[in-house]
Amino acid sequence: MSDIVIRVADVSKRFRIDKDKSLKERLVLRKSNRVPVEDFWALRNVSFELEAGSTLGLIGHNGSGKSTLLKTVGGILTPTTGFVEKRGRIAALLELGAGFHPDLSGRENVYLNASILGLTKVQTDRYFDAIVDFSGIEQFIDTQVKFYSSGMYVRLAFAVAVHVDPEILLVDEVLSVGDEPFQRKCLERIKTFQREGRTIVFVTHSLDQTRELCNRVILLEHGEMIIDGPPVDAIRTYRDRYAVPEDEPVVDEGTGELTITGVEVVGSDGVKRTEFVPGDDVSIQLEVTVHQPVAAWVCGIEVRNQVDTLVFGTNSQLLGCTLPALTSGVQRLRFTLPQIPMTEGKYAVTAAVHPPEAAKEFHRVDRVSGFTVRSGSDQTGVVYLRASLDLL
Amino acid sequence: MTEPRPVHGPAAVHDLPMERVNAPQGFWRGFGGTVGDIWRYRELLTNLVRKELKVKYKGSFLGFAWSLVRPLLMLAIYYIAIGKFLKSPVPSFVVFLFSGLVAWTFFADVVNGATAAITGNAGLIKKVYFPREILPLAVVGAALIQFALMLGVLFVVVLATGRSLDLLKLLYLPYAMVPLLLFTTAIALLMSAANVYLRDTSHLVEVGLLFWFYMTPILYAFGTVQEKIASAGGWVEQIYLANPMAVIAFGFQEAIYQTETDNGLQLLYGGDLALRLGVVTVASAAFLWFAQRIFARAQGNFAQEL
Repeated sequence: MSDIVIRVADVSKRFRIDKDKSLKERLVLRKSNRVPVEDFWALRNVSFELEAGSTLGLIGHNGSGKSTLLKTVGGILTPTTGFVEKRGRIAALLELGAGFHPDLSGRENVYLNASILGLTKVQTDRYFDAIVDFSGIEQFIDTQVKFYSSGMYVRLAFAVAVHVDPEILLVDEVLSVGDEPFQRKCLERIKTFQREGRTIVFVTHSLDQTRELCNRVILLEHGEMIIDGPPVDAIRTYRDRYAVPEDEPVVDEGTGELTITGVEVVGSDGVKRTEFVPGDDVSIQLEVTVHQPVAAWVCGIEVRNQVDTLVFGTNSQLLGCTLPALTSGVQRLRFTLPQIPMTEGKYAVTAAVHPPEAAKEFHRVDRVSGFTVRSGSDQTGVVYLRASLDLL
Repeated sequence: MTEPRPVHGPAAVHDLPMERVNAPQGFWRGFGGTVGDIWRYRELLTNLVRKELKVKYKGSFLGFAWSLVRPLLMLAIYYIAIGKFLKSPVPSFVVFLFSGLVAWTFFADVVNGATAAITGNAGLIKKVYFPREILPLAVVGAALIQFALMLGVLFVVVLATGRSLDLLKLLYLPYAMVPLLLFTTAIALLMSAANVYLRDTSHLVEVGLLFWFYMTPILYAFGTVQEKIASAGGWVEQIYLANPMAVIAFGFQEAIYQTETDNGLQLLYGGDLALRLGVVTVASAAFLWFAQRIFARAQGNFAQEL
């Protein structure tokens, strides 16, 4: 497995942002050097070699050059300096349905799109049933594509794209289309590609997918390679750089009878901490300040991961605690989460105080505090289980 | 991109050569490479031609018939306005008009369509690799099919008017079609690329085509112009004849209309038409090569300019 299939050699890409494209502007501004041109380096000195059968993930925030790099590899953009070499056929799933024409039927579009991706008619004929089957829209295949729902549209497009038989597959954020069963189907397909020893380069914002699928990750920032290595390192660096809790504004709302004036994450020793490993005890200490007397109240917390999935949530009512009436002063509480079974990632804490029944809230603070879990690379998913393997 | 091959296991990867993506081509070479590339994508080309034809009149009542009706209506309008109202001195004016117009319609359709060929498919250009020349070529292909249909109608009209056809002169038809195709394709490549960088191109093309149409002897006989410009000197006539479309129109008229003179009026080009067509063919071939090289230079930046 030492065959290099993609070699990116010191590639830089400069974009010129012309402010105006009309003839008038060009003629008027030609002599004076005020032609409004801005230079922008989308990629700077990017170099890497990719071996056959590996799956490379490109991550980075919006505008970091991921897609530009993918397009350069795919031959859609020409690098300003440096060059790209490849072995074998590349198929690019850059945007699904880019070649679809709304006035043509699904069937006609399948043939058109397949030929855009480089399939011959004979090959398309052979795959046609499989394509339609994969898309799951048999009964609409002779309907004009403009009557399709957006979900049907991408299903068909994806079905065509994955039936192209490339040595190298470039995927740009297309794995998040369709409903859940279809997404699973797509992921299955990608894994089949991996098993068949094909090389995959893909751009994604889903770090979980990255961890699940890739054996190598390149992190880009402002067109420069920050990290090129195993997924766990790159994802960790990425999360540390673009931590969600610090970036996003804290939502702070409510009717104000009670306010949450402090949220702290502490370890089992009661000392403030931000980093844990699976199995640690995590305590969340809240401080509630009373502004108006309240007879009955409930206090709750939520823990969400970096993609804002609710990982855990509870409140005093669910825990069977009736909180005492408050008249003035400050009330402190502590939620203890023993032996957290959570995988690597950043977690954010949301806290709220509200009356027992009513829908309103006295006060809620979103993502006010957070902590990080370091679990290493031995598993993926949402929960950390101390898995082991025995041969029987 | 390598040639689409039959399905095989990816195990064969190490047998494949390492090749540059978007390898820089020298200006003087590279034409052949592109032609080979286009040949490998010929199925995409035919599919795109089919799409052009299908989509153009999709949803309209007359459908594909429009591609015949529209030029025939133009023919009728010119025939009534020029032939009847202005009393053109050309006998069997409708045949004369039609034989020139059939070439011009092809040319104008392609130039108009190709100007928007790249900009109109921005979505594709930005997302998928394929030889960009395919897009203007698809316009040429679609127009070629309409051209063939028009040619069929033209022969029906000729037979209906009861004019005799000299079969030997009919050989001018294929002879004139070669430079027409070469020249039109070259212009199509240039205009499609130019419109990416300068969106004014589409407006310029509109006006330019109108001017060009009247500079080409389609509505009037060559003799009419010759009389007017004879006093200005031979060089004006040479400039007029330097228009490849004029020479190509002569070729079509020579092949189908065939009547050289009438009542002392020079209807067709009197000189050595075969030679002129030959020169135009060679020049158009060189022009096409040149246009493709310009296109190849420009296309590297298409994806970011769109």
